[in-house]
Amino acid sequence: MSYQFDWSVLFSGQSGSWLLQGLITTLQISALAWLLALVLGIFAGSFRTLPIGPLRWAASCYVEFFRNVPLLVWMFFWYFGVPPLLPQAVQDWLFDHGAEFWAGMFALGVYHGARFSEVIRAGIQSIPSTQFEAAVSTGLTIAQTYRLIIIPIALRLIIPPATNESLNLLKNSSVALTIGVAELTFQTRQIETYTARAIEALTAGTLIYLLLCLCIAALVSRLERRFAIPGMIVQMRAE
Amino acid sequence: MTVVEFRQVNKWFGSLHVLRDIDLKINAGEVVVVCGPSGSGKSTLLRCINRLETIQSGELVVDGVSLSDPKFDAAKLRANVGMVFQSFNLYPHMTVLQNVMLAPIKVKGMAPRDAEKTAADLLDRVGIPDKANGYPANLSGGQQQRVAIARALAMRPKIMLFDEPTSALDPEMINEVLEVMSDLARDGMTMVVVTHEMGFARRVANRIAFMDEGRIVEEGQPDGFFTAPQSARAQQFLSKILSH
Repeated sequence: MSYQFDWSVLFSGQSGSWLLQGLITTLQISALAWLLALVLGIFAGSFRTLPIGPLRWAASCYVEFFRNVPLLVWMFFWYFGVPPLLPQAVQDWLFDHGAEFWAGMFALGVYHGARFSEVIRAGIQSIPSTQFEAAVSTGLTIAQTYRLIIIPIALRLIIPPATNESLNLLKNSSVALTIGVAELTFQTRQIETYTARAIEALTAGTLIYLLLCLCIAALVSRLERRFAIPGMIVQMRAE
Repeated sequence: MTVVEFRQVNKWFGSLHVLRDIDLKINAGEVVVVCGPSGSGKSTLLRCINRLETIQSGELVVDGVSLSDPKFDAAKLRANVGMVFQSFNLYPHMTVLQNVMLAPIKVKGMAPRDAEKTAADLLDRVGIPDKANGYPANLSGGQQQRVAIARALAMRPKIMLFDEPTSALDPEMINEVLEVMSDLARDGMTMVVVTHEMGFARRVANRIAFMDEGRIVEEGQPDGFFTAPQSARAQQFLSKILSH
């Protein structure tokens, strides 16, 4: 092997600030997309468990439509497809204000919202139906029962698979580089282009993703213990 | 005053005819025990009263409102009809006190401070004031069921429905729940109870409705029912459950 490693490229020139900017953009796009996905997922997942035909149908359409088309296609769709449908003034405004970021964020959010929805639906369906009946029997409406009882319990039950989905979302934010969002992978490639040091640049990117995901997983497992339902098995690990 | 009235009520689950021509009147302050073999339609009958099940024909009037009225509001009805389930179904993520306070605050708009006071009084009444800040998982089955009763009472219901409230309990916890129910009956609460506790039925009920295959086969005073059941089906049922 004749390759000479040169790690100094990561600490010289603009590499450091590019990586930092990339990291910040990755965190921003992921956080916003995560919030969007969570809200869409809670609504769609809940609607799919309700005995109300039109809501179930709408939620099922959303889930099947978005989870069955590749994320990359959605990125292109929101960036290249949607803007021409908007009024010229809105288009101009968007392209002055980072259209690629918003398109990427929407694509990521709606795609993962569809996937979150299934996780949340599974959580809701694991709750015995008598729990729902007991709540509505006290006079709570269906909406109140979902908001106060069913969803708070379901969210606690689904923390492990939802963490998986959240980490997938974070990693999938790298797809946004294809529409020009200057996130972490984009910046890693930029370092590679400028220094011709592929291994060093990709190693830096890989480590940053890895650390980021590990930190999130650690944070979530703390939250999981903090919000554990007393009597559920998760408490045993906290001992 | 009649608070619940079934008039020729029929219900099917698919092709299964679960309630057949039910006629039943329940008056204010009355305790009616519904008994019968499993699959006879007891729980379904009870669950129709607060609209957890819908009926397909006949008429059901609860607290002066017909449940088949197009303007009927299920949440409004349920605010006045308490229900206790076999499986307790407390809210596991809330404390005992929060379980009891929730509906008065969210449904009646009661101030949290008042709701807390009502809840504390009710927990006192069902005999577990010291567990108010515990979680359901830390309570025994009997305690959980008493909290479930307190939760239903917090809405000051006009009628209380009990769906096999002691069937999931260890034998030594059955009495503590039955005692709370007997106290309620003594205070004049209108109650409809599906149970296999024949001792309770005999002591507390004003009336027994015996069901078999979706019909009310026999209806009458507990003394008459237990000593001289009229129908062959009831005689057979009682001989099986009272022989041990």
